[in-house]
This record gives sequence, structure tokens and C-alpha cells, in this order.
Amino acid sequence: MRNRFVETTTELLARDPRTALVLADISADAFTPAFDRHPDRVLNVGIREQLLVGVAGGLALTGLRPIAHSYAPFLIERAYEQIKLDLDHQGVHAVLVSIGASYDRAESGRTHLSPADVSLVDTLHGWTVHVPGHPDEVPALLRDAVAADGSAYLRLSTLHNARPYGGDGALRVLRDAGPGAPLLVAVGPVLDAALAAVGDLGVTVAYTHRPRPFDTAGLRALAGDAVILVEPYLAGTSARVVSAALADRPHRLLALGVGREELRRYGSAEDHTRWHGVDAAGLRRSVAGFLAAAPVPAGR
Amino acid sequence: MTTTTASAGPAPAAAPPPDPAPTPPGHPTAPPLPAPVAPLYERVRAGREFGANVRSTVDVLWVLYDRILRVTPQTVDDPGRDRFLLSKGHAVAGYYAVLAAKGFVPADWLDDQGGPHSLLGDHPDRMLVPGVEIGSGSLGHGLGLGVGTALGLRAQGLLTPRVHVLLGDAELDEGSNHEAIAYAGATGLGSLTAIVVDNGSATHGWSGGAAARFTVNGWTAATVDGHDHDALHTALTGHDNHRPHVVVAVVDQGE
Repeated sequence: MRNRFVETTTELLARDPRTALVLADISADAFTPAFDRHPDRVLNVGIREQLLVGVAGGLALTGLRPIAHSYAPFLIERAYEQIKLDLDHQGVHAVLVSIGASYDRAESGRTHLSPADVSLVDTLHGWTVHVPGHPDEVPALLRDAVAADGSAYLRLSTLHNARPYGGDGALRVLRDAGPGAPLLVAVGPVLDAALAAVGDLGVTVAYTHRPRPFDTAGLRALAGDAVILVEPYLAGTSARVVSAALADRPHRLLALGVGREELRRYGSAEDHTRWHGVDAAGLRRSVAGFLAAAPVPAGR
Repeated sequence: MTTTTASAGPAPAAAPPPDPAPTPPGHPTAPPLPAPVAPLYERVRAGREFGANVRSTVDVLWVLYDRILRVTPQTVDDPGRDRFLLSKGHAVAGYYAVLAAKGFVPADWLDDQGGPHSLLGDHPDRMLVPGVEIGSGSLGHGLGLGVGTALGLRAQGLLTPRVHVLLGDAELDEGSNHEAIAYAGATGLGSLTAIVVDNGSATHGWSGGAAARFTVNGWTAATVDGHDHDALHTALTGHDNHRPHVVVAVVDQGE
């Protein structure tokens, strides 16, 4: 996904003189050709993430369209107040693009894990969040985000599904189990595991690469009385949105994703997927248990 | 007054503050406010007791808006205007008074400052107040925004506007400033001027003077009496357009 981001951003910088890119050393080598062509609009501030976002805010104040990029925990967690104040409070906007996701570099340990990034962005108002599930989804999402006026967060990962799904982020049904069936919504790269998990469970599976704004109209059209969320970041991140969208209907919600506990284990991203129960086997256990529970099981 | 310019190495120490003498409230040691500002400042104050730090920035603000900044109420949206970013968003009564004196906001906005229907908070909001370039209040955000503003103007071929950012000496405690100071110096961001109002309020001080933090990173610097309008004017026009410039405006300790 990072390669597609670099290609697309390089193309956008060449095409639109309003586009600017701010880096904090991460990925700077990959942008050397872009820097050579546009030294005034490709800015590497060094390992300074507060300045990374502050500069993005300043560029936006002058009318440019900044893209700011770094590793997820440094871009979102370290510079959170700059995102809140140097962008939102100033009434200006940027496109933030991260790599690393929840545990792409699991062997690097806690400092490089960022399962809370989408939750943090979700504390802000008016942000669009894209979580592509395949490298080929990245170019269109990035182009559209940069062409728009608002603020957007693109969360890139080394984990991905076998094939890309286009679209604008509206819920897309990939398996239809019929009216009233339990609905599973998978966000980004957890789709393939979700499909594998519920193959024989009579569950409708819908996909999105845009958890914010969440397609609540699509959710209301598809949801019966049981909804399962599978997200590749903190479990429950979108639970509040689903609950609010279905507030007028009795429903049950199972929200799966990355746990809050610091595991203090290294290994691979695939290991962490398994340990957090968002691999196919783990998802199947959770979903089967959820569906087996009677809707009104008091005293059972 | 001391005026110094340095490109590297340790800067001369700021003028040592005089021994603090007990000063009755309401009788600051600073000279009288600039005449066009005084009645408007009193209108904002509305009988309230302000800390001395509210008074300490007024001379710098007046010199900037009266003699330095190429911006008027008619050009607040002109891409080619000079920018003034109040990073130290505290103690804004003088800022609002100067904006009113120069016609950016109507004088009657000054009444009930901070009240439920006021557009003038204890920290300024650029989305509410004409002429205010940034919303501030949380220390350490203005210089990064100023660096980005200077870079954005340069990228669009706007080479005339200058970006001024006003900070406090205690605000320099925030590490975000040092990210901006190092980067602006290393890249020779010549359209940027930082102004540090130094009232000696940084808890652990700035040994060697506040200006040294900038000059060691390649900025030019001038340290002057923060109430001396001519000295401030000289310092604020002392940039060489090749390096960022800092003016340390020294006022009485605690003022």
C-alpha cells in the first residue's frame, strides 16, 4: 500500500500545484524524485511530528492542500493535539496518511503498534477515515481525499485481502444470507478472514473501506436484529455509530477487533491477528458463540 | 536598550531585569500605553484587574500593527498580506485593543469580552475575529503554524509577505517550539520573524538568554527593551531575508 501511496502522491504533486507533502523522515527516500521536482512542496521536517502537523496546518492556512505522512503512532498519537488545534481549530484541513496500522511491525513492539489511531481520529469532528483492504484500493481513495476539501485519514497496512473492492465506501454486500440474517460488517483488511469465518453460518457479509463517515443508511437497510462488526483496530471503535444508527430497533451487537491489552509479545502481524482473535478461526468462535446465544436467554 | 545581531554562537544575555520592587496593583512600572490603544484597553478591561503580563505585550503589538505589518482591515484575506500569529494566546486584552484601534474589529466588540455573546475569548479564535490569523491558547503551536505558513507562501511564489509569530519566554518551555526553531534555522526560512516577549517567567529560565536558542540554530537575533518603540522597530526590521530572525523584547520580570 505504501508503494501505491508514493506513486499516487507523486502523480498528484505533478498534476496540482496546490498539493503539498509533509514528511518526518519516514518514507522520505521513496519521495526523492518528487522532492527533486517540487522542492517547495515536498517538505521533510526531520523527526519532528509536532512540526509535521503544524506545518501542514500552516500550509493549509495559505490555501495549499497538504498531505502529511508518517508512522501511525507518531502521526496520530504523538501529534494528536496538533491535529486537534493546528488543523481542526484553525478551520483548515489536511490528508493524513499513515503506515504501520495496528501491528504491521509486530516484532518492533509496543512503540510501533497503533491500534487506537482510528478511535483517536474519531474523537474529532468531520473527518473521513479510509482503511483500504488492498493496495489497489489506495490510489482512488487518495485521489478523492485530496480532491475533496475536508480532512481525511488514510490508514495503510501491509495486511490486505486477496482482491480489491472499489466503490465510495458504502456498505457492499459480498455474501447475502437473505432478509433478517445476521449482518457482519468487515472494515478493510479483515474481510477475507471474516468471509472464511462465517462461510456456513448463514451470515450476510458487507464490506467497507470507509469507516467514517460510516454508511449508516446502508447499515439500516441491511441489518436485522444481530450485527457483527469486525475492525482491524481497537474492538468497538464503530460500536457507538452502529448503536446510534439502530437506536430505534431492538438489536444485538458483537464488536470484534484488536484488544486493548498490551500483549508484550513480538512475532509477526499474523501472530497478532490470531492472538487478538481476528483470524478466521478466532472470528468463527466469536461469531458462533454470539449467534448461539438466545436473544432473551435470561435464566438459561 | 541593547540591540544585538548575531548569526551563530551564544547571543549576549538579555538585559538583566531590575530588582523587582513592590508595585501596587494597577500601577505597573511600564510606560503609559500608546495613546490610540489606552481607551480601548480600558474598555476591554472594564474595571477588571489584569495581571501585568497583559500589559507587557501591548508595545510590541502596537509597533507591529502601526509600523511593521503590511495588513489592513481591507486586506485580511489578501494572500500577499503580512501575517501576525499570536502564539502566546494568553493576555489578549491588548491584542483586541490594538485590533480595534486599527479598525479590524468594531470597538463595541470589546464590551463584555469573554461573555456569552462575545466573539472575543480569553484566547483568540481566528474563525471568530477578523484579522486574527490563528486560534491560540495552548502554548507551543504558533511557531509550527508560522513555519508552515512561510513555506506555503514561498511555494506559491508569494515572496513579499513576512510571517511574524509572537511567543513568551515561558512558552519556549514547550518542545514543539524547538522543533520549529531548529528546522527553520537549518532551512534558512528567511521570511519568518519570531518575537519573544521575555518577562522572565520561564520556571527554569533560559541560561544565556532566550535568543541563544535561536542563534545556535542559525537565526539572526536582536534583544531589545520591550517598551522602546524605536528599538523594537529597528529590531523588527533587522532581518536579512536569508535566515529567520528573532526579536527578544525584554520587559520587567513578571510583567
